[in-house]
Amino acid sequence: MMVTLHVNGVANKLTLAPWTTLLDTLRIHLGLTGTKKGCDHGQCGACTVLVDGRRINSCLTLAVMKDGAQITTIEGLAKDGALHPIQRAFIDHDAFQCGYCTPGQICSAVGLIAEGRAHTADEVRELMSGNICRCGAYPNILAAIEQVISQKSAAPPRDGGP
Amino acid sequence: MNNFEFSRASDVADAVRQMAADPGAKFVAGGTNLIDLIKEGVARPSRLIDITRLPLGRLDETGDGGLRIGALVPNSDLAYHPQIEKRYPLLHSAILAGASPQLRNMATTGGNLLQRTRCFYFYDTTTPCNKREPGSGCSAIDGLNRMHAILGTSEHCIATHPSDMCVALAALDARVLATGRDGERSIAFADFHRLPGDTPQFDTNLKKDEIITAIELPPKGFATNYSYLKIRDRLSYAFALVAVAAALEIENGAIKEARLALGGVAHKPWRDRQAESQLHGAPAIRESFVRAADNVLRDARSFGHNDFKIELARRAIVRTLTQAANGTPQSQGDKRIR
Ligand SMILES: Cc1cc2nc3c(=O)[nH]c(=O)nc-3n(C[C@H](O)[C@H](O)[C@H](O)COP(=O)(O)OP(=O)(O)OC[C@H]3O[C@@H](n4cnc5c(N)ncnc54)[C@H](O)[C@@H]3O)c2cc1C
Ligand code: SF4
Ligand code: FES
Ligand code: FES
Repeated sequence: MMVTLHVNGVANKLTLAPWTTLLDTLRIHLGLTGTKKGCDHGQCGACTVLVDGRRINSCLTLAVMKDGAQITTIEGLAKDGALHPIQRAFIDHDAFQCGYCTPGQICSAVGLIAEGRAHTADEVRELMSGNICRCGAYPNILAAIEQVISQKSAAPPRDGGP
Repeated sequence: MNNFEFSRASDVADAVRQMAADPGAKFVAGGTNLIDLIKEGVARPSRLIDITRLPLGRLDETGDGGLRIGALVPNSDLAYHPQIEKRYPLLHSAILAGASPQLRNMATTGGNLLQRTRCFYFYDTTTPCNKREPGSGCSAIDGLNRMHAILGTSEHCIATHPSDMCVALAALDARVLATGRDGERSIAFADFHRLPGDTPQFDTNLKKDEIITAIELPPKGFATNYSYLKIRDRLSYAFALVAVAAALEIENGAIKEARLALGGVAHKPWRDRQAESQLHGAPAIRESFVRAADNVLRDARSFGHNDFKIELARRAIVRTLTQAANGTPQSQGDKRIR
């Protein structure tokens, strides 16, 4: 099937078998290997990307069902060479060990902040529970996300970008 | 995944027509259950009919003051809809107790009703399972059955229905609207899911060619005295061992109306009218709730690993009714059970 996927602002026309997941499309067909395959069954969050601004698990998504959608992966978060604030905060807080879960954690955190429903540490923990970290970097992941949330509430909203 | 044809439905009639034309076809909505089952080889559809572009994504008031929820409304949008938060907080709470934010963004109202059991043997195609392969036997009855049912089981299947959302919909007396070749019908929630009996391959009474178009909620939302308590092996992102939805109407300390539905204990969300009517007129105090719990569990039967569930369910029922009566519903953020 012919589909067009807008990935990180670039339109890609692809011919795909209908059983191809969005995860495999990104990694294999588009060479965007930043998005990780952990469980491949919706149980870990490593494959989290943003589709039309909402965080989803790309391993349980058929690419053909997202024809025409805007997709943002970890590769698309930095703008003009500047890291996304969440990426910056993950580095500042050393919010990873092996790094395998990190692209999913970061995309999920970007989605979380856009949703605007996490205000307390408990709420961040609960609303980030779709991302498992095998290394147990949770305290630092939490600190990184809390930092960006507090900066957001202090500063006027930025335009553009997810 | 097995190879399959893929097509989009252009309207509801087209979806029904396409389904009728291919006995091996399946509708796909959020895909969070179906794609997983195809990957496991448990579902092997000849065709997927994509229904996500149908106009079933609205939430509207009904003539009688209730709400009609389109089958494609994502679980997260439903949970956070202002009308749901305000008028049906039990449903809000139950949805947020399930899955993860990513999955709730994908999962749809209709798909949630039709998600299949999480019985490990159902997923493991190398083992006998009457639900997956009718007549092959049930591996769980004498196997690992810690997650399995304690009410309404049969010698053919002891699986549970895994949904949280459905437990709240059962308590709220929702209705399911479905359209098939014979037109549209409205199904009471209690009649939608079924017990396993000797045909556990059928989870629901929906017909093969029918598509769910909407769920209807009656006006009464029990927004003052309600609670959804889910007990599981870890605090988030895990299926229920036992879940309880309680909704009460209390007048001068006496229970005017009681709704009680259980998840994780049966092949369908478990409602017990006898236990509910016993609560009517009773004082809203612990003793009444203990009696109700004993009543709900009067015929409970366990299978070894899940023996603990009977006592767990008893305590969870008492606790949830107490939370509801006190107007202190279980928080799905701060997981402390008070
Ligand atoms: C890791 C994980 C954890 C989870 N944890 C929980 C949990 O704790 N609690 C919980 O409640 N759920 C949980 N879920 C399940 C999730 O809620 C369901 O998978 C989801 O609600 C299914 O909706 P969907 O739209 O994705 O369905 P799909 O996967 O698209 O479809 C499911 C079934 O419904 C059929 N279907 C879909 N829409 C219609 C329609 N309108 N008419 C007729 N047939 C239709 C499909 O043909 C298919 O058979 C979890 C899922 C995963 C993967
Ligand atoms: S409990 Fe039901 S789903 Fe599980 S093995 Fe037995 S028949 Fe299959
Ligand atoms: S790889 Fe998608 S959730 Fe684990
Ligand atoms: S940093 Fe290793 S899995 Fe999270």
